Amino acid sequence: MNPTPPVIDKRLPGTLPFLPEHETFRTMARRFLETECVPHRDEWEEAGMAPREIWRRAGDLGLLCFRQPEAYGGSGADLLYSIVLMEEQVRAGVVGPMLSLHNDVVAPYVERYGTEAQRQRILPRMASGEWIGAIAMTEPSGGSDLRGMKTRAIRDGDHYLVTGQKTFISNGACADIIVLAAQTEGGISLFLVETPGLAGFNRGEPLDKLGQWSADTSELFFQDVRIPASSLLGETEGRGFPQLMDRLVEERLMTAVGAVATMETAIAHTVAYTSDRKAFGQRVIDFQNSRFRLAEAQTEARVCKVFLERCLRKFIEGRLGADEAAMLKLRTTDLQNRIVDDCLQLHGGYGYMLEFPIARMWLDSRISRIYGGSNEIMKEIIGRGL
Amino acid sequence: MIESPHYTPEHEIFRQGVRRFIERECVPHRKEWQKALKVSRDLWSKAGDAGLLCTKLDPRFGGAGGDLYHCLIIMEEQTRACFNELAFYLHSDIIAPYIEFYGTDDQRQRYLPRMATGEITSAIAMTEPGAGSDLQAIRTRARREGDHYILDGAKTFISNAQLADIILVAAKTDPEAGGRGVSLLILETAGAKGFELGRNLRKIGCKAQDTSELFFDGVRIPAENLLGGEEGRGFYQLMQRLPEERLIMAMSAVANMECAVEEAVAYARERVVFGKPLLDYQDARFKLAECKTTVVMARAYLEDCIDRFIEGDFDARDGAMAKWWTTEKACEVIDDCLQIFGGYGYIKDYPISRRYADARLGRIAGGTNEIMKDLIGRSL
Repeated sequence: MNPTPPVIDKRLPGTLPFLPEHETFRTMARRFLETECVPHRDEWEEAGMAPREIWRRAGDLGLLCFRQPEAYGGSGADLLYSIVLMEEQVRAGVVGPMLSLHNDVVAPYVERYGTEAQRQRILPRMASGEWIGAIAMTEPSGGSDLRGMKTRAIRDGDHYLVTGQKTFISNGACADIIVLAAQTEGGISLFLVETPGLAGFNRGEPLDKLGQWSADTSELFFQDVRIPASSLLGETEGRGFPQLMDRLVEERLMTAVGAVATMETAIAHTVAYTSDRKAFGQRVIDFQNSRFRLAEAQTEARVCKVFLERCLRKFIEGRLGADEAAMLKLRTTDLQNRIVDDCLQLHGGYGYMLEFPIARMWLDSRISRIYGGSNEIMKEIIGRGL
Repeated sequence: MIESPHYTPEHEIFRQGVRRFIERECVPHRKEWQKALKVSRDLWSKAGDAGLLCTKLDPRFGGAGGDLYHCLIIMEEQTRACFNELAFYLHSDIIAPYIEFYGTDDQRQRYLPRMATGEITSAIAMTEPGAGSDLQAIRTRARREGDHYILDGAKTFISNAQLADIILVAAKTDPEAGGRGVSLLILETAGAKGFELGRNLRKIGCKAQDTSELFFDGVRIPAENLLGGEEGRGFYQLMQRLPEERLIMAMSAVANMECAVEEAVAYARERVVFGKPLLDYQDARFKLAECKTTVVMARAYLEDCIDRFIEGDFDARDGAMAKWWTTEKACEVIDDCLQIFGGYGYIKDYPISRRYADARLGRIAGGTNEIMKDLIGRSL
């Protein structure tokens, strides 16, 4: 029902250096998502996660870890490829498999901070889809407040003994490799935990969520789990907090990429729907209110996109500040939710029916104001810089 | 701070000059002008001498051959001094271009050099009591009679008219032809018989900017004062200029909200409530964080718009988006900022109260924001 209409406002407002190669990649990604993911959505949602085979398939197609160097199974691609993949995933309405989490969040920890041995062992497996990645920060008693985490890793000879609990972990139910944040003697440290056959490690059933049903989100339990000392990310304890902070800017950028793509897709669906649907003898789009709401949405999406592209350019040039990234995340996700809600309204009763993409976008969007540092945390960051 | 490749060190030097001029020649007269509901006539020649007028105009006609960033600089500097209402932009970047782009050679030579020096001041008269944003409905009539046009009708809400030496008047030369019957005529006000300047209207804000009613009763205008020498081009000329005019309004809105946030943050840092600075309260901090976010986004968006304009890629839709969004956000942000000031925000000595009142005009002038949305909505 309702194949995704083209995004109407095609003109890219900025000057991001997209090349023909990026468009080729876009076409390939789109085909993969539309033919190999969309048809299985109901079944994956039922299972609460995407199957392992689809990760393998994504790996075969080069959709995993493509930004990693070739030596580690990637193709040394730039950030724009990640943007393209995110845009296409949003456009197709494919939430799980969460490729961006695997590619843009988890893998870079290994590449940036890992030892050569860690890179060699983990990255090629992530690039092929043999291993699925997750990152475990949040705990039942602490979300955005990282310093308060309780999970502990105690050094015991050649090993660490890990005890604690994590929750809301995306890819948690399927992950083979988990970047785990835990307290160590020297402060917060990150560990690369390989889950296959790991004694004392348990995961809960995928949590039943408001939206994002095809992406698994789980609790993780660690009870005296012995992991080799070589699992410590990098070689020094206590580097976890700055490592996490350092990566957050890019994570927030990618969240904003998704948010803006969602706005554009929602508007495109709504223009298509209201152009087709009749009420009181005329097309819904011919009512002044519909046109005004859509004009507002298009303008706001445009402003967001211009700001996003400016932030992306600054990021690529290495001069995007944490406060500006926070502003971007805050405003794009707030507006994503508002625009999707306005667009749903223009669908009337059909907007409440799950067979219409706008209904799912509405459910799937809500989380963006909470994760990646809640929007209140964003305001704290911005507020500190005033 | 400006990220644009079109913004050069020369612009910064110009900015220093503008800042000095506003501090020396405008700020000391604020009270007097606001009371008189207009600026003094000699401000214009001083501004001309200081190089603040017609910065974008072709040097052949006495201009400085600059770009829209010069306009932005003047707008930012006057706004910083909380002089949102100074109408240099109106004269230089809205009215002069009509003559520069559509005027005959004779008209250009006759008016533009003197507009650049401030010897001539100008106004443009579109709105009528019965026709605001709906330009095709104007009723002011210009009848051809030999070598002259006979002008009859009334205009209202005309900025800068009290001091204007020339007024560009939109009138119907062919009442049957709708938009195609609209023409622009250059009225020289000195000794014009039948031309009457109505009241200088009292407004919510923009106090030092005069805003008047105009009456035309058989005013004779020489036929050679028809802009461009061809009838029926007025609607097209007006429409073509609107994107830039709306972009200029966006500049004002963005500058105004930027200043408001700076002032509110400074106040919140100083002001102690229940033993700690206002900024230490989470609600104040969060509100200001939101305002700051809007301002930073608006700035990025504005610069993108100006760059696109300079590069020739800015159409009517872009102008409509820029105008409604920035003016709407300016009112929201400034209102939140005013709230930070508490009771002081309601006192006119504080710039924030003037910013608040001045900003309100942005959502109405230059085509109401509803007209902007209508325009965007037509091309969904």
